[in-house]
Amino acid sequence: MSEAEEIPLWEVFIRPRNGLAHRHCGSLHAADAEMALQAARDVYTRRGEGLSVWVTPSAQIVASDPQDRGSLFDPAEDKIYRHPSFYEIPDDVGHM
Amino acid sequence: MPASLVTALIGLADDHLILGHRLSEWCGHAPMLEEDLAMPNIALDLIGQARALYSYAGELEGAGRDEDALAFGRLERAYRNLLICELPNGDFAHTMLRQFYFASFMQLFWQAAEQSADATLAAIAAKAVKEAEYHRRHCAQWVIRLGDGTDESVRRMAEAVALLAPYTGEFFIADQDTCDVIAGGILPDTQTLQPAWQADVEQVFAEARLVPPKDVYAQKGGRRGVHTEAMGHLLAQLQFMQRSFPDMTW
Repeated sequence: MSEAEEIPLWEVFIRPRNGLAHRHCGSLHAADAEMALQAARDVYTRRGEGLSVWVTPSAQIVASDPQDRGSLFDPAEDKIYRHPSFYEIPDDVGHM
Repeated sequence: MPASLVTALIGLADDHLILGHRLSEWCGHAPMLEEDLAMPNIALDLIGQARALYSYAGELEGAGRDEDALAFGRLERAYRNLLICELPNGDFAHTMLRQFYFASFMQLFWQAAEQSADATLAAIAAKAVKEAEYHRRHCAQWVIRLGDGTDESVRRMAEAVALLAPYTGEFFIADQDTCDVIAGGILPDTQTLQPAWQADVEQVFAEARLVPPKDVYAQKGGRRGVHTEAMGHLLAQLQFMQRSFPDMTW
């Protein structure tokens, strides 16, 4: 067995600042959750990128099938009224 | 007091420089990408701590030696690092166990040094203790996983325990040259840290299903500048640039 098969893959999410959401930033190999968290710290927060880290086993992520793109996403295309572009957002609101 | 404090600071800085250099040798050679970043990360922390200590030692000494002069400009016998820091890396298990021993010791050391009567040292300790805490956690996790892992990792970890056993006693041996620094409340008395260090090692070993070594003769001499055969080879690499191009910068 190759090393990649033995050691599970994890997805890493970093929250850069208070008030922002965690964002997916990449993946890594680690033997278990604790090691994955440490590796994420070492691999993805070297330049002060984060205040919080999440890791999750890649195998636990359920993804949409690219072939379903048409039926999943195309129906939203002609519903322009759903975009909040008709409002003025006050500056004080900040990130939404 | 200043002379023995300078001596003590240089010894402590040497521990960090030499072990940091050893660890940096793994850069590009680690068993997986994640560790290839983690080990140089730890090495950089150690070298950063060495810089702070050398700079302060040079300032107290007042002889015009800066951190570079102290790090690169001395002969082997003038280095006062613990022997465990200069030992060749061996395999990954050996490196991780050594790093765990050292980080566990330094975490306790810096925790105590935060109460130092010397404000600069207390500040260095406050920064370093967070780094040491992370190093200890990271390396302890590997010791546990390798010690309680596959047949091969169990065998290699047991070998590392045997090979390193003679080199941990030196952490706690009193250093005659610097005992007044301890009496003055400037640096911790390492002998008082031994029970807590022992307890930490035993707890991790229990989880790792490793058998702690017993009654091993403690090798010593590092603090007096009497080093192992490995030290000269290490310094040849470490000092090459400054010896070839004195005072070079980039």
